[in-house]
Amino acid sequence: MAFFFAQFLTGLANAAALFLVASGLSLIFGVTRIVNFAHGSFYMLGAFVGVTLMEVLPGAVGFWGAIILTGLAVGAIGAFVEMVVLRPIYRAPELFQLVATFGVILVIQDLALMIWGAEDRLGPRAPGLRGVWRIFGEPVPKYDIILIAITPFILFALWYLITRTRVGVLVRAATQDREMVGALGVNQAWLFTGVFALGSALAGWGGALQLPKGGADLLMDFNIIGAVFVVVVIGGMGSLPGAFIAAVLISVLSVFGVTYLPQSTLVLMFVVMAIVLIVRPYGLLGREEVAGEHGQAGAPETPIRPYGRVGKMLVAGLLALLATLPLFAEQFVLTLTVDMIVFALFAASLHFILGTGGLVSFGHAAFFGGGAYAAALLVFHTDTRMELAFLFAPFAAGLLALGIGWFCIRLTGVYFAMLTLAFSQLVWSLAFQWRDVTRGDDGLVNIWPADWLNSPSAYYYFTLALGVGGILFLRHVIHAPFGYALRAGRDSPRQAEATGIDVKRIQYAAFALAGAMAGLAGGIFVFSKGSVFPTELEIGASFDALIVVFLGGVKTLAGGVVGAGFMTLVEDWLTRLEYWRLLLGLLIIAVVIIAPEGIVGSLRSLCTQIRGSESEVSK
Amino acid sequence: MLNVNDIHSYYGKAHILGGLSFDVPRGEVVALLGRNGAGKSTTMKSVMQLVRPRQGSVSFQGQELIGKPAFRVAKAGLGYVPEDRRIFTDLTVLENLEVGRQPPRDGAPEWTMEQLFEIFPNLAERRTNRGKHLSGGEQQMLTIGRTLMGNPLLLLLDEPSEGIAPVIVEEMAETILKLKSEGLTVMISEQNLHFARAVADRAIIIEGGEKKFDGSFTELEAHPEIRDAYLSV
Repeated sequence: MAFFFAQFLTGLANAAALFLVASGLSLIFGVTRIVNFAHGSFYMLGAFVGVTLMEVLPGAVGFWGAIILTGLAVGAIGAFVEMVVLRPIYRAPELFQLVATFGVILVIQDLALMIWGAEDRLGPRAPGLRGVWRIFGEPVPKYDIILIAITPFILFALWYLITRTRVGVLVRAATQDREMVGALGVNQAWLFTGVFALGSALAGWGGALQLPKGGADLLMDFNIIGAVFVVVVIGGMGSLPGAFIAAVLISVLSVFGVTYLPQSTLVLMFVVMAIVLIVRPYGLLGREEVAGEHGQAGAPETPIRPYGRVGKMLVAGLLALLATLPLFAEQFVLTLTVDMIVFALFAASLHFILGTGGLVSFGHAAFFGGGAYAAALLVFHTDTRMELAFLFAPFAAGLLALGIGWFCIRLTGVYFAMLTLAFSQLVWSLAFQWRDVTRGDDGLVNIWPADWLNSPSAYYYFTLALGVGGILFLRHVIHAPFGYALRAGRDSPRQAEATGIDVKRIQYAAFALAGAMAGLAGGIFVFSKGSVFPTELEIGASFDALIVVFLGGVKTLAGGVVGAGFMTLVEDWLTRLEYWRLLLGLLIIAVVIIAPEGIVGSLRSLCTQIRGSESEVSK
Repeated sequence: MLNVNDIHSYYGKAHILGGLSFDVPRGEVVALLGRNGAGKSTTMKSVMQLVRPRQGSVSFQGQELIGKPAFRVAKAGLGYVPEDRRIFTDLTVLENLEVGRQPPRDGAPEWTMEQLFEIFPNLAERRTNRGKHLSGGEQQMLTIGRTLMGNPLLLLLDEPSEGIAPVIVEEMAETILKLKSEGLTVMISEQNLHFARAVADRAIIIEGGEKKFDGSFTELEAHPEIRDAYLSV
């Protein structure tokens, strides 16, 4: 019993940092409606800045002073990010903001690498709180008790700020209708910056406070973001008490998980989340999001048109080039092109659900990696023939999408996005932790194609046929009645329902189809590389696809394909440089701000502009 | 006080206001009349800069407003009451009023919450209720009260009589007259000619984003063909 209680206390102490980060994320989302993916980066910055300051400032005063200063510093960084990156894009669709914050992650990763180096830092112990206190005979670190004591005060302070002060009233009003708050004479730009700074500061404090229990390393940003999303989703977006309860729940469960189910610590929290969401789709203390509130409206979608003569010729030319490529190209070009086609199909499947379906999925890598793993597992464990295993990839990914979709499709907007991300993390943690089956991060190797495909040009044609076929198939679906129904559901769910379309069912089917096509890409991928590792399931992989779709242009069918080609080439070139993340991040941010329609979209607007001015002249 | 000169406003490519000009002198109550879709709300929003006119000028006490963010327009002394009320439904009555609160302004009547509760006694009883639990009429009072908390010089009221009970409409008319007697300049947009005549000194009629009539109600009565052509009576 005493041991049990001590475990519980450890869980409570771990909850402190998690709550701080989650509350910051929740706060920022509540007002700006931006899901700040860079929030984990602010947490990481907090840890590094904290370590540095603690090395300089002596004693207990120095330790606590360093923590307070860290929050202020990270808050200032957050304010800077908000002003430079986010301010220009508040009116842009969710995806743009998301991609922009992802650019911020990349930039911060490389800046941290430049400043603090690649080595992990161990956090200093808190002066005067080094030992343990005995509670019912069990040793409990003194610092843990301090953390447990501090957290409720932070919760109370935040609660007081939000519910009892003028700033809090304005913040809550802006959450609901920011334009009206502006029309009443409040400079909402500063309100947003302030909230973003406070949210970032909370993440920074979280990073600094956990130092004596952990340390600072360059993987902290991605490592915490999954847990933070789980906490925010379980607690309910925008609810501070919800974030607190969920942080405690998750932390306590993980502590017991480590003791009793050491193999499943990562999976556990996603299972809890799934259970909570079955019972309460909007989290413990969250409320249903009302669609169509004031303040957020993108430009209306232009109708999809068939390609003109030039477009058709371009596509035909490209296909002819691809078909004859093995006749003259070197092998590495073929390999690169296979990568490109795989990525293009993956991106096209994401574009299908995201652009056409209007469902922003943050976890699409689950299906790509899931398909790859499904085929690889069959080959690895049962020596299945390659052809059969390959067919299993899209099939398994489609089934996985049906399973995940069952939970996710009920939700919309940010909840949908978060939940898909959390489920992809669940799949990732399975691949990572279920070592008996998946061999963890050693990956599955020696997954080669059948003999008749086992030459670079044979596999190239195999890829070309299936990849291009898959993309054309998706294009066909978009232009079929099913695609029209899907777009109707995206643009006006209620009206679509009223005309007799079962929007949720259509979306569910589309989600499964997108999953299956991503699985197909994964299947091609695994046999081209001969191996698969959990990295294919990481958040980063999902984000690569999102960025590609975004770079190409969300509103155009060719967007994903063009973006994938562009991205493969850019990455191939950039990754040769030491600080390629920094450059890629800056590139992404620049595209978001300067050319938010993506490559294809921007080209198209340019064309219409030229045509428009010509026709005006002719008038 | 407010001089609007040849403004052109668009929603996307749709040309909503095609060169609208009018003045609102200090101390007057001016009614902007027209059918649904005539451009009344767009006119209000164009003054507030919630819709940006692409051309023309909106000047308030000699200060050009076009291009300014909405909060600067509000700080210049314009109070805007939107047609769809847009109260903060999760906030209490007191909190809604707090959002609108601004420091006192020279030359404008100064409002406190208690004074507002005298004008709108219904709200006084419901001060700790959330916005979403108010009736339509109460919400309309709250949205006016919220804007008055900003101590505006000029009040823009977009269709205050829409969707509320006839008894409340009468109260609303009295309230507007009371505001006028406090020295407030008011511009209301209306479809209800009867209501407009009861509160306003002057009528401006628009149709298709263009001005069709500008004059007193006596003049308007002398030209029933204008009323028949542009107002649905």
